[in-house]
Amino acid sequence: MADAAIQGHGHEDNRGFFTRWFMSTNHKDIGILYLVFSALAGFISVALTVFMRLELMEPGVQHMCLEGFRLFSSGEVCTPNGHLWNVMITYHGVLMMFFVVIPALFGGFGNYFMPLQIGAPDMAFPRMNNLSFWLYVAGTTLGVVSMLAPGGNDQAGSGVGWVLYPPLSTTEGGMSMDLAIFAVHVSGASSILGAINMITTFLNMRAPGMTLFKVPLFSWSIFVTAWLILLSLPVLAGAITMLLMDRNFGFTFFDPAGGGDPVLYQHILWFFGHPEVYIVILPGFGIISHVIATFSRKPVFGYLPMVWAIIAIGVLGFVVWAHHMYTVGMSVNQQAYFMLATMVIAVPTGVKVFSWIATMWGGSIEFKTPMLFAFGFLFLFTVGGVTGVVLSQAGVDRAYHDTYYVVAHFHYVMSLGAVFAIFAGVYFYFAKITGRQYSEFWGKIHFWLFFIGANVTFFPQHFLGRQGMPRRYIDYPEAFAYWNKISSWGAFLSFASFLLFFGIVFYALFRGARETRNNYWNEYADTLEWTLPTPPPEHTFEQLPKREDWDHGHAH
Amino acid sequence: MAHAKDHDYHILNPSIWPLLSSLGGFVMLIGAVLWMHGITHWVFLIGLVGVLYTMFGWWSDVVAESRVGDHTPVVRIGLRYGFILFITSEVMFFAAWFWSFFKHRIYPMQEYVGSEYVAPAIHAVDPLHLPLINTLVLLLSGCAVTWAHHALVHNNDRKALVQGLAIGIVLGVFFTVLQGYEYWQLIAHEDWTFGGDQFYSNFFMATGFHGAHVIIGTIFLLVCLIRAMRGDFTPEKHIGFEAAAWYWHFVDVVWLFLFFAVYIWGQAPLMN
Repeated sequence: MADAAIQGHGHEDNRGFFTRWFMSTNHKDIGILYLVFSALAGFISVALTVFMRLELMEPGVQHMCLEGFRLFSSGEVCTPNGHLWNVMITYHGVLMMFFVVIPALFGGFGNYFMPLQIGAPDMAFPRMNNLSFWLYVAGTTLGVVSMLAPGGNDQAGSGVGWVLYPPLSTTEGGMSMDLAIFAVHVSGASSILGAINMITTFLNMRAPGMTLFKVPLFSWSIFVTAWLILLSLPVLAGAITMLLMDRNFGFTFFDPAGGGDPVLYQHILWFFGHPEVYIVILPGFGIISHVIATFSRKPVFGYLPMVWAIIAIGVLGFVVWAHHMYTVGMSVNQQAYFMLATMVIAVPTGVKVFSWIATMWGGSIEFKTPMLFAFGFLFLFTVGGVTGVVLSQAGVDRAYHDTYYVVAHFHYVMSLGAVFAIFAGVYFYFAKITGRQYSEFWGKIHFWLFFIGANVTFFPQHFLGRQGMPRRYIDYPEAFAYWNKISSWGAFLSFASFLLFFGIVFYALFRGARETRNNYWNEYADTLEWTLPTPPPEHTFEQLPKREDWDHGHAH
Repeated sequence: MAHAKDHDYHILNPSIWPLLSSLGGFVMLIGAVLWMHGITHWVFLIGLVGVLYTMFGWWSDVVAESRVGDHTPVVRIGLRYGFILFITSEVMFFAAWFWSFFKHRIYPMQEYVGSEYVAPAIHAVDPLHLPLINTLVLLLSGCAVTWAHHALVHNNDRKALVQGLAIGIVLGVFFTVLQGYEYWQLIAHEDWTFGGDQFYSNFFMATGFHGAHVIIGTIFLLVCLIRAMRGDFTPEKHIGFEAAAWYWHFVDVVWLFLFFAVYIWGQAPLMN
């Protein structure tokens, strides 16, 4: 009865393929769709970086030539194609920011596990949930079309950087830029609808007795993330609508010739852009908390401070945006404020990092693959956080602004922090979702390849930045050659690990050991998703969970 | 089914609308780009028809579900949350226009000695003519909708409900017509352009986006009027109407901010 009370076990799933995957109103299926599709978008986006690191491997331009793209450098004449380079950095950023990390963490894990953790039978608006997903697909398609459509310099694509700063973005020729703007609009609409759904589900559909401060940390992180999306993305939509108007209808928001101000765009963009940073990382925090608690065999240390730290990070994330633009000519007072506010964020972030360490303290630690990724996350995120504190100093930022130091910093937080959290989540929940277990051996190989590869890629970029190498250039002088070469080798190693990851996933899907235990880790994986069969049936919690199913008398 | 559903949440059947509406939106936006670049406007129109069709089909399904009793009390709470959150996101959308307006109004681009840049002069509308009338029209419309709401909730008086809604809609249309007249005056007779002046861009964007919301809100009220005549609403259960009323008041409030900031304060002489 304990099992049967929670869900309807073993009833037939007789939906057709099209009905199940194209007309879905099921949060678990939509979560899977999100995860699969974001992996695809991630692959495109990562492939771009491999081309970029290939080009940066040696001084001089050998691969991105006006005569055509060359995979292997040859002795022939090569006229550097700066536009192609700019297109690559632009779409790598746009895809990663809007179409990979948010959909994977918020759309994928959020959709699948937030309702399960709070004992909700589905999302509050299941049909709108699917609209979020399909808008995300439409947005990604618009983004890819934009990359291939006629753009500036009589070539394909827009080379303006993911931030789409005017006047570059307002003067870039062709249709590509307009398509990119619409791609961001659509992805924004998708995320906002998703956020409305998540907030409503969280507030309205928690299991009986589950008060706000009994909700598991991952669900809390999704809830706060949803608020950040709800409040920041519409502002971005406004900013890029103004871009669209400037480009096509003769408006002059950002054109000084008509009284406009290009710096205004930067302000509005970063009012979205900084919360975006936390939109990307907060769900990762949630996943990491559960993984660390499970594999330390201890409840999370300091549940309440952990929740309040998430909330504090979310609130502070809205009031620090201009630290991205210290060098635009702000007054010293403004810079001082943004500097102080930015450093304050280190406090709640420190609360989280120390609480994770305290969770492990005295625990019985087991280094399964998800735990390895969580460890990797802790180290890399802390490195990225510490360089963030360095960059928050307006004075120091004079030297580091737009150098590779910044590139290294934000890749440590996002590419390594958020992506390691995604991988931790994938390995943690893989069998729960699919009913098949991944190979522990290859999972660990994947971790070490990726951990080493990512560090070899990005750690030298700190040195390059300190030497003064600027970002976003296709070429560089001899002086920077040494660390660039090493960084490129790291990128190839990371890419190889990414391919291995796909191999692990496909092998596990078709050949992996079947997993039927509800909870295949241990009793410290104590949230509600672990009381369900593996994989969960089509409809879960048709009988709402009882308090003893989730309330284990200790803080989560 | 071994275990039937034993809760009041709304579990929906699979639906084609999300896929179709995303497809429609995709075609519409590709079409918009083609149109803006002077290639063809047909793709946009086809996409638009697709979007409108799916909106109609989707919301018809919602209304039908409401009538068969899927909207239990807890689902109704969720719908309210959802709509309030939607309005919150709209508020933040408007925040972008106001940000741009206030920035340009308080810190206009400066002229520096030795540069050739000349800051454009500020032009503004006299707020106490058409804009003041428009303010009254929109506020009265809001009053009419609230009257309709009270008639429904306190007296279950369908006749007053329909009358109030009809008056609200007529006034809403009147507002749009007056706003269109003002635009026409400014563009055709006073040579205002969308750009060329910091105030023009902000003026047209903020009031235009608001105007679009007035039109959407009017259509929303119109749908409610039809549903009120059909007898869909009861004093206990009228989420659709409640949402329309909230939306309408949101549009009202935004207008008040626009009226006081963009029209009244915007035409005052610059500080520096």
